[in-house]
Amino acid sequence: MTLLLLFNITNGLIVGAFYVLMALGLSLILNLSNVINFAHGGFLVIGGYIAYAISPYVGFWGALLLAPPLTAVIGLAVERVLIRPLYGRDPLYSLLLTFGLAFMIEDGTRFIFGPQGKPVEIPAFLALPLSNELFFITGYRLFMVAVVFVAVALLFLLLRYTRLGVRIRAGTLDLETVAALGINVRLLRSLNFAVGIFLAGLSGVLAAGQLGLEPTMGTGLLMPSFIAIIVGGIGSLPGTLIGGLLIGVASGVTAVFFPAASEAVIYVMMAVILLTRPRGLFGEEGMMS
Amino acid sequence: MNADNSRKLIVLAAIWIVLLLAPYWMAPLGGYTALATRVLVLGLAAMSLNFLLGFTGVLSFGHAAWFGLGAYGAGLTLKYLALSTPLAILGGMLLGGLCGALLGTLIVRRRGVYFAMVTIAFGQVFYYVAFQWSSLTGGDDGLRGFARQPLDFGVFKLDILTNADTFYYFVLFCFALAVGAMGFILRSPFGRTMIAIRENERRSRFLGIPVERHIWIAFTLSCFFMGFAGALYALVNNFADPRGLHYSQSGDFVMMAVMGGMRSFWGPLLGAAVFVVLQDYLSSITVNWMSFVGLLFVLVVLFFPRGLLGFLQRSKA
Repeated sequence: MTLLLLFNITNGLIVGAFYVLMALGLSLILNLSNVINFAHGGFLVIGGYIAYAISPYVGFWGALLLAPPLTAVIGLAVERVLIRPLYGRDPLYSLLLTFGLAFMIEDGTRFIFGPQGKPVEIPAFLALPLSNELFFITGYRLFMVAVVFVAVALLFLLLRYTRLGVRIRAGTLDLETVAALGINVRLLRSLNFAVGIFLAGLSGVLAAGQLGLEPTMGTGLLMPSFIAIIVGGIGSLPGTLIGGLLIGVASGVTAVFFPAASEAVIYVMMAVILLTRPRGLFGEEGMMS
Repeated sequence: MNADNSRKLIVLAAIWIVLLLAPYWMAPLGGYTALATRVLVLGLAAMSLNFLLGFTGVLSFGHAAWFGLGAYGAGLTLKYLALSTPLAILGGMLLGGLCGALLGTLIVRRRGVYFAMVTIAFGQVFYYVAFQWSSLTGGDDGLRGFARQPLDFGVFKLDILTNADTFYYFVLFCFALAVGAMGFILRSPFGRTMIAIRENERRSRFLGIPVERHIWIAFTLSCFFMGFAGALYALVNNFADPRGLHYSQSGDFVMMAVMGGMRSFWGPLLGAAVFVVLQDYLSSITVNWMSFVGLLFVLVVLFFPRGLLGFLQRSKA
């Protein structure tokens, strides 16, 4: 029983780490640009398929290094052409546009790569379990968690100490003042979008190594990421981080006792949070309205 | 002003004539009556959403949940409670509306994107319930094993089960009731405050309008209309589908409203007609219809954000 519980908690943490990567990217874009990026799951899929396409040539490590920035470049192009004209308009429009974009990405990858799942080869030494007792902790899973940890740490360092990060944080609070101080807000939004998409691409590569690739895999991760943001509190990146881990573990633990509810439990958590703490766990006053 | 009024009356008359004669002109154009019925029901759903979206300015992206609940409500009523079409519609409307009213209390304080996000997420709750609770809802396969019942008026019976045209007129009658109610509410003082909230929420608040309560009422009314439309949809198909509650269905409804024109009362009906016919056509000619529907979303947002009616009105002015 303890082993089973441990197994599911580990699973939950790993799934939660994915939610965190996805949700942090979504949250960055939402906070600065007021855009709900429905196509975020689509960018995850793009990242995964780029890794699948280039890994025969550059290997797993090359793919891990190259696929996220390539995804970010695609994200930059999308932002420049499709999303930039919508800033300042009713958020409804960017929501609808990215919603349609998600359709196109899902169907496009199915058209190019086929509907069957595609495996991405991971290095053999990572695929082995670390011990016989704890068979479920493979090297790859630990590696994934480590990568997510490093990525999140780097993101927070970027936001804390670099000029770009300071501007992103300032823009989240008051974009108008930031613009009045002579900062190129368009560029800021583009870079911020690219950082968010980079994270989606990274989770795509990691997910490809663990689960294999399917055109629909992004959609399944989107809703939990939304909930991670709502639970953690809109406008707070640390909140998103904790929210993601929390719902990952919660659904993992529920899977032990009541498997049918393992997906529903995160929605229940959201309802409870909204009832007791309408701003989310770490949300700031006024961010939600 | 007078010319304007008579022009409105002419347009209104034209709309109703087109709708009343649909079974007669659909067939020669290559359509079929059932397609017209579907357009009517989905159009009603889009108009119900637009009641909130276009006239109160509140962006709900989870409205498919109330639509789907309406469908399940009608289906479950027919299957387990009573073999009566009007009761089924009532059951669907109550299920969708009451669930919406309850959740509305949780979310009315949110605005803009955050409202959208919370409504999407909560909408998915009902999707999962319909999906997982197989013993009641049939799970992934949807709810089957019920059929709409002939209407029994004592002196005569209306066979809406097998006669497609009769059923169309029955749906049109229900549509007229709902649309009439919507129009009546929008013309009432309450409807005016809805528009005031859309135009300037802060000023409305200063004028003493209880904004949250009014948004909640508008949301709840919209959910009841949505449940009503959903119940009709279950009767159209004799089937309730969990995918009818999914957020992608909500996206379709929002798209219909935007494509037709959010700021006009009849816009969403036009949007629904174009959307349904286009989707029907695309899925018959290509397996990649999803891409084209996605492309449609992108193009409408970039080039026709005011929708077809908004575009027409603007180019006339």
